[in-house]
Amino acid sequence: MRRIYLDHAATTPTHPEVVKAMLPYFTDGFGNPSSICSYGQEAKGAVEEARTKVAELIGARSGEIVFASGGTEADNSALKGVAYASELKGNHIITTSIEHHAVLGVCKFLEKRGLRITYLPVDKYGLIDPDDVRKAITNKTILISVMHANNEVGTIQPLEEIGEIAKEGGIYFHSDAVQTVGHIPVNVDELNVDLLSISGHKFYGPKGVGALYVRKGTKLVSLMHGGEQEKRLRAGTQNVPAIVGLGKAVELAGQEMDKEAERLAHLRDKLIKGLGEKIDHTHLNGHPGKRLPNNVNISVDFVEGESMLLSLDLEGVCASTGSACSSASLEPSHVLLALGLSPEQAHGSLRFTLGRENSEADVERVLKVLPGIVAKLRAMSPLFRTRK
Amino acid sequence: MPDAWSQYSKKVMDHFVNPRNVGEMENPDGIGHVGNPVCGDIMELYINVEDGIIVDAKFRTFGCGAAIATSSMVTEMVKGKSLEQALKISNKTVAEALDGLPAVKMHCSVLAEDALNLAIEDYLSRSKKKRRRQSR
Repeated sequence: MRRIYLDHAATTPTHPEVVKAMLPYFTDGFGNPSSICSYGQEAKGAVEEARTKVAELIGARSGEIVFASGGTEADNSALKGVAYASELKGNHIITTSIEHHAVLGVCKFLEKRGLRITYLPVDKYGLIDPDDVRKAITNKTILISVMHANNEVGTIQPLEEIGEIAKEGGIYFHSDAVQTVGHIPVNVDELNVDLLSISGHKFYGPKGVGALYVRKGTKLVSLMHGGEQEKRLRAGTQNVPAIVGLGKAVELAGQEMDKEAERLAHLRDKLIKGLGEKIDHTHLNGHPGKRLPNNVNISVDFVEGESMLLSLDLEGVCASTGSACSSASLEPSHVLLALGLSPEQAHGSLRFTLGRENSEADVERVLKVLPGIVAKLRAMSPLFRTRK
Repeated sequence: MPDAWSQYSKKVMDHFVNPRNVGEMENPDGIGHVGNPVCGDIMELYINVEDGIIVDAKFRTFGCGAAIATSSMVTEMVKGKSLEQALKISNKTVAEALDGLPAVKMHCSVLAEDALNLAIEDYLSRSKKKRRRQSR
């Protein structure tokens, strides 16, 4: 049975050309970029080339790109880095209730250490209101952190407006753009961001590499101490093959992104429409328009997500859910709850995230197998009976 | 590459794919309703009892693969057992009968044990009422 991968928001397959670009840097190009000898200088050249490519994709200068191990590290560096560097200025951070755990986890950590965090609510589509940001600002606010697009429901936030508000108040503005860079246009000046997190494996680059954009002049304390790599913002020998891979992934994304986004949006809309037609009592989660081109998130009433995922997996379809049953926490997705879904609906959510290798046939396959799966599980569900 | 790692045993998957004794019971002698939507598992267990023996059991479950499999397994385990024997079935024996459950899913087997205990309690309180009515 051919397997169909529909979990690209979790990770993507590394593009063959990315792998090809990386390989020489495990062998001949193994040098340490900090070494003076020619081996080192070759590696350094490769790292700097990748840096320029990343900077170009997001409209930044290459000196403003700091390589990191991925999105989580970039988020940690941005939030803790600003918090530590701004201790004398203030102790208040504004963020949203639907951030990725890489941001929320850091906020909880900082909260325990005495910082004050405001978690802004979202509307039923997952959008935050820029006015709420404005109202939350105090004279102690040092940072505003709002994700560009949500990883679960795909809602794209009005960063330009929020960035404008941050700029007026002289407050640093960070965005976790892990789900958007390489998929839709991201320009740091248009979005008015000072810090922006990027992850390689979300757009066909390798795992274990990402970057933090740091606008020139932004005061940041490094999390890693040691050598003087990355302008002292991230000590440790650079992961040269992975950074080269990130550079290649960025280059390919720059070439293919616009066309691919259009193709995926068409598949996305077909899947959303088909699911709504073929299965009753389903709801689209997230914004109908302001949404990532590859994201489909629905709640299927009266059934639980993990059992749908398992059944889909047996049919060769790999997807994701916001149900607690798929995690160790026993809590349903904080994002879906923040959108106002009931716990049952959050448990009954399914996320399909499309990518390069998906075609119309894959969408049709989901539309063919899912109605039967839902019918079987609903026949087992005590919630379904009480509604009939 | 190594084979796909599954968090569930073959037996769990068997009971998930082909659950035994699914459905509502027409005239149950006892019903056990447990769970809450917040944790994501709701289970209903129905039993028929004749001369102190559970002669039939059925279930309906809203929950994950482990919740469905433990529901199915517990209905299989209680059939033909006396009430005393059935009360000795614990979440551990259900999990063992399924060749184990992942640690994070052990709470699903607790649900099955609770549903069974409640169904038996329900049966006992119904029959007490019945006896009282008859003695009047």
